[in-house]
This record gives sequence, structure tokens and C-alpha cells, in this order.
Amino acid sequence: MSPGGVPLSWYLVLSAILFGLGVAGFLFKRNIITMFMSLELMLNAVNLSFVAFSYKWGQIGGHLFVFFVIVVAAAEAAVGLAIIISVFRNRGTLNPDDLEAMKL
Amino acid sequence: MDLFLFLTFALIAVGCAVNLVVQRHPISSALSLIGVMVSLAVLYLLLGAEFIAAIQVIVYAGAIMVLFLFVIMLLNAGVEERTRKSKLVRGLGLPLFAILLCQLAYLAYRHFGSADRVQFGKFIGSTAQIGRALFRDYVLPFEVTSVLILVAILGAVVLARKEIS
Repeated sequence: MSPGGVPLSWYLVLSAILFGLGVAGFLFKRNIITMFMSLELMLNAVNLSFVAFSYKWGQIGGHLFVFFVIVVAAAEAAVGLAIIISVFRNRGTLNPDDLEAMKL
Repeated sequence: MDLFLFLTFALIAVGCAVNLVVQRHPISSALSLIGVMVSLAVLYLLLGAEFIAAIQVIVYAGAIMVLFLFVIMLLNAGVEERTRKSKLVRGLGLPLFAILLCQLAYLAYRHFGSADRVQFGKFIGSTAQIGRALFRDYVLPFEVTSVLILVAILGAVVLARKEIS
């Protein structure tokens, strides 16, 4: 153990804080685009955990997982934003409270 | 120095994330999300992940967020309307959120304590190492990813095109 540096748990706590804020944003925001951005924030928080654990065990697997998460996030952003455009064109609103056509 | 850098960029990240949740215009939220991503890239560098830090800036803060800003601009999204929140949510939301964070922090401390320390300088994820692992042990996931991206491109084109009647 070396005296310098930052405890690993601080990185994990930061990741938890960012994830919690992402969940809060997803639940409270009333705009699909912002909800989507909160989702990206959650993915980023998990990526930070992956990299921190990868540092702890000196394994490269965590970095590869982060790489795949970023790739999937890019694909998800493309499809999700296309869905948002399509929904806006059909309904003319971005408020998820107004998008209840499939509600029973 | 490590501590200073960590605290600075962690505070920037948390501040930007809070700003993302609090702001009511999507453009402000998107800009603060870019702030979160760039400060996370610096934290990745501190953790010795240079490749991840680079693609975080290029792909996330560059490509994905530009896509978001482009869609916000395209849809001309305005300020979101305020919803009536119930008194229960307003009263209990923040304390319960704080309790959840305290529990998570307690778990992280209990499992890792402060013995595990992160020091700048130990680079474990060099681009060469990641490339070697990607094309040797993870070839199949890598190839499947290309199919996923192809499907995503096709899906985006089909969903966003204009119906020609």
C-alpha cells in the first residue's frame, strides 16, 4: 500500500452517485430526449465502475466491456433518436405523459 | 496531485450531472452531459485507461452527443412543462435518494476500504493490448458487434424516413 493516490472506493462512490443521478433524471424528467440522456449518464457511471475494477485486478477485460458498452450505446442512440423523431412526427409531442396510446 | 485531479473532475462530473437533472431545456442538459463525459475521460486517464479515455471523448462526447444535439435542434424541443408532483415524492424523494447513496458508499467502503489505492502512472489498457485481446479472445463478440451496428443503421434509416404516399 502506497501513501499517495486516491482510494479505489472513491471511484466506486462517484460511479454510484452518477448512476443515482441518472436514475433520478430518468424518473423525473418529462422530455423523452432528456430521459434518454439520463440513460446515457447511467451507462457512463457503469463504465467508470468497469474501469476502476479493471485497474484493481490489472485485467484488460473491463476495458473491453467498456468498449462494447460504448458501441452498443452508439447503436442504441441511433435507433432511439430515430424512434423519437418518428414519435414526434406522428404525435407532435415529446412529453411521455402524452404518449399513452398503448395504455389499456 | 492525484487527489487534486480526482476531486476536481469528480466535482465537475457530479455538478454537471446535477445540472443535467435540474435544467429544463434539453440543450442545457445535453451540454452538461458533455461536461460529465469529458471529466469522466480524465478520470479514465487517471485509472490508466488511455484507449478508453480517447474513445470516450471521440465517440461519446463527440459522435453521440452531436447526434443528440442534432435531434434536439431538428425537433426544436422547447422547455419541458412542469408536472404536478405529489407531496409524498417531494418530501421523501431527496432523503431516500441520500439514504440509497449512503448505503452504496458504505458497501464500497466495506468491500474495498482505503487500502486499495489508485495512482496515476500504471497504464494497463494500452491500445496495443486492447487490440490484441479484441482480435484474439474477443473476436466473436467483435464481429457480432458489426452486425449489431448494421442492424442499428438500417433500423434508424427505416424509422426516421418519411413515408412517401
